[in-house]
Amino acid sequence: MILHELLSYETLRLVWWVLLGVLLIGFAVTDGFDLGTGILLPFAGKTDLERRVIINSIGPVWEGNQVWLILGGGAIFAAWPQLYAVSFSGFYLAMFVILTGLILRPVAFKFRSKREDPRWRARWDWVLFFSGVVPALIFGVAVGNVLLGVPFRFTYDMHILYEGTFFGLLNPFALLCGLVSVAMLVMHGAAWLQLKTDGDVADRARRYGSVAAVATVVLYAAAGVALWQAVDGYRITSAIVTEGPSNPLFKTAQAATGAWFANFENHPWTWAAPALGLAAPLLALALMRARRGGLALLASGAAIAGIILGVGAAMFPFILPSSLDPRASLTVWDSSSSHLTLFIMLVVSSVFIPLIVAYTSWVYKVLWGKVDGEAIADHRGHAY
Amino acid sequence: MDFDIVALSRLQFALTALYHFLFVPLTIGLSIILAIMETVYVMTGRTIWRDMVKFWGVLFGINFAMGVATGIVMEFQFGMNWSYYSHYVGDIFGAPLAIEGLMAFFLEATFVGLFFFGWDKLSKRAHLVVTWLVALGSNLSALWILIANGWMQNPVGAALNPQTMRMEVTDFGAVLTNPVAQAKFVHTVSAGYTVAAIFVLGISAWYLLKGRHVALAKRSMTVAAAFGLAASLSVAVLGDESGYQSSEHQKMKLAAIEAMWETEPAPAAFTAFGFPDQQARETHYALHIPMVMGLIGTRSLNTEIPGIAQLVRKGEDTIRDGVVAYDALQTIRAVAPGSPVPAAAKAVFEEKGQALGYALLLKRYVDDPRQATPAQIHQAALDTVPPVAPLFWSFRVMVGLGIFFIALTATFFVLSVRRTLDRHRWLLKVAVLAIPLPWVAVEAGWIVAELGRQPWVIEGVLPTAMAVSHLGVATLLATIAGFAAIYTVLLVIEMKLMLKAIRQGPEEFTVAAVPAAPKGRTHAAPSVNQPQSA
Repeated sequence: MILHELLSYETLRLVWWVLLGVLLIGFAVTDGFDLGTGILLPFAGKTDLERRVIINSIGPVWEGNQVWLILGGGAIFAAWPQLYAVSFSGFYLAMFVILTGLILRPVAFKFRSKREDPRWRARWDWVLFFSGVVPALIFGVAVGNVLLGVPFRFTYDMHILYEGTFFGLLNPFALLCGLVSVAMLVMHGAAWLQLKTDGDVADRARRYGSVAAVATVVLYAAAGVALWQAVDGYRITSAIVTEGPSNPLFKTAQAATGAWFANFENHPWTWAAPALGLAAPLLALALMRARRGGLALLASGAAIAGIILGVGAAMFPFILPSSLDPRASLTVWDSSSSHLTLFIMLVVSSVFIPLIVAYTSWVYKVLWGKVDGEAIADHRGHAY
Repeated sequence: MDFDIVALSRLQFALTALYHFLFVPLTIGLSIILAIMETVYVMTGRTIWRDMVKFWGVLFGINFAMGVATGIVMEFQFGMNWSYYSHYVGDIFGAPLAIEGLMAFFLEATFVGLFFFGWDKLSKRAHLVVTWLVALGSNLSALWILIANGWMQNPVGAALNPQTMRMEVTDFGAVLTNPVAQAKFVHTVSAGYTVAAIFVLGISAWYLLKGRHVALAKRSMTVAAAFGLAASLSVAVLGDESGYQSSEHQKMKLAAIEAMWETEPAPAAFTAFGFPDQQARETHYALHIPMVMGLIGTRSLNTEIPGIAQLVRKGEDTIRDGVVAYDALQTIRAVAPGSPVPAAAKAVFEEKGQALGYALLLKRYVDDPRQATPAQIHQAALDTVPPVAPLFWSFRVMVGLGIFFIALTATFFVLSVRRTLDRHRWLLKVAVLAIPLPWVAVEAGWIVAELGRQPWVIEGVLPTAMAVSHLGVATLLATIAGFAAIYTVLLVIEMKLMLKAIRQGPEEFTVAAVPAAPKGRTHAAPSVNQPQSA
């Protein structure tokens, strides 16, 4: 097949790096308000009816949202197999904890309202809380560790050896990143609740959301300063080959102070990403106070996008640096799938991602409007 | 590679996959049954059919949540526990998984919310479209998963790239049109339809025995019997096709399933019963049916099916070829990137590269396959025989149950045509007792397919023992215990909720879902107790 030569390997790798970002942002923005709403559930909802209103606000959409994560897993597997192999096996126990949360969440949604017993329901409410807060925290912790570099290396046959521990992941910088993640998802969930509910629930969501928006800005700025002052970046020290085979060991790299800020210095326009990450939460805060839930949701979504893009801009072309053997670091140029696979996956994505966006938008349109507490009390039109 | 880690990784994968596969077949089948029922509702306008959709939809929803939750684990587990596998074949295997997400799972999961929440927000026809999209999504999902799985059984359209030390795709069309994948897809979704049909049939039979929800139960039974008969026949036909494909691509699997120790003169006999003994290489108390195996496996009277002993001897030769390929590969890999590859090594690798995987079987005994002794080569060839007795029995359980399902659904199909569904109480009792059996059959089928592939994770390409992540035994024990604990608790809760929903039945669901709260008004909810004219 010659068709795939239409796009160079370099271009395809860049496109898939962007798509990796799109998937992460897609997941964080859509599933993010579910997780945030789950975290807020025990606090924004005081009575059983209020809690059911909150759960029903995400009831029809969480399944679709969670697919972003599954799709993210599949797309990383298909386009960045080494990233998939190294990160999922390296962060093994952390992944297990995330999985525990993500297994319990769908089940909690479905099972909670199937029995009247208040203790039964309270138990599932806390399950929803923990299965929101734990993945949110760990995703952030994982990003923090990626910025620090992860202790892995390859054998000659490309077996992956990971020499870190689970508790090694929980270092101060990574925990700070974890808190950024929790704060931004709580802000996002609060904006969603203001859009979808009214009365006491919306009021409480506004209060918690305002605090979370401020916390997001402060923690994100603190993480930025820590990254600047206390964290070494990585840089490639051999010639950069963008069209070569996907074997990380064909290059050399090393840790270097300030390397994560080199892209910002060389291309000042990339400052736009972290600037968005700092400004958008403040905008979300203002909009929440002005009781504009829908716009606040857009602003908090933009904040999430800015925060994630900022990480991507700092690290490019690194995707997963190795602190143990910097040569083994995975970069955009040496850890992708083959030229042909990247091309096929791009064609498939170009057909289906617009389709997904179209029908997802249609579903949101059908479900547009506030969740009706009275209808829930009467069991009309709501499933949970 | 530490054998404990391999064994534990396999145990965890089998545990989570078998568990996931408790929910998936019912989702696949029930989604179609719901769509059929709703189509009848939209075409006839009779509200009882909508009540049927809503009632079976509640059970569908409980099951669906479990399928989604356990499916996430499957999607992540390749990277977590099988990192060398993910590196080695991710270039091919990852694509169908990602396409499954893009094309199928997104569709299914997005519209399933609307299925439950959209009754009041959509027109009748729009809701019907939504239901069909859920069914389409879940069935397309199975297609892509089985394209991925089919490639593990018959790895077409890919070649090793020495520079990246992994398999890379050479012909994606061949991966898609893999005959093994196609046979498996139809076989597996048909099995899912059968699971759902027997589920609906059995629960409806229970209602008839209790004299409850008679109108709803009878209609559900009619749909289930007709659908189940077609599905169980399709399972058998495509199961036969899978067997035929095995005789082409996985001869050892077929020989092990049949406990065929030695090659027999064509057409070979089918061993209907017996006790396979892997040590002694014979089947005790075997009951043979002449000619049947040869006919099924080769569809001819004069093609031989090779026996286990012959395949092991052939395996030994392939391992020796593989060692030659391994040597050439090392020469090629030693060349610095960008420098020319020695033509001799390249020619050897092109000729023998297909056998490379067989040399990797030696890695269990020796780090460098080139240093292997003849005894080690013989031992590695013996390793190509999967455990015979579990395969032999799983296969017979699966086939026996499959025949029973055809008989059961055919019986109820005749009864429904004659409108005598509730005349024979003992038959209804059989239908109730049959509810768990399809699960036994599909799990047995999974064992036949995946245990029969051992010692390979990718048939002939990558041994299972090489594919695992380098994790600690304690770590693996912890996650196995964790999954086992969570899954057990969830299964108990799931079963309780299912039974509760079934015991409550459709009336509770449509009329009085609020048990305690005093109600100021009653809803105009349609009741299944209303006399039906259909």
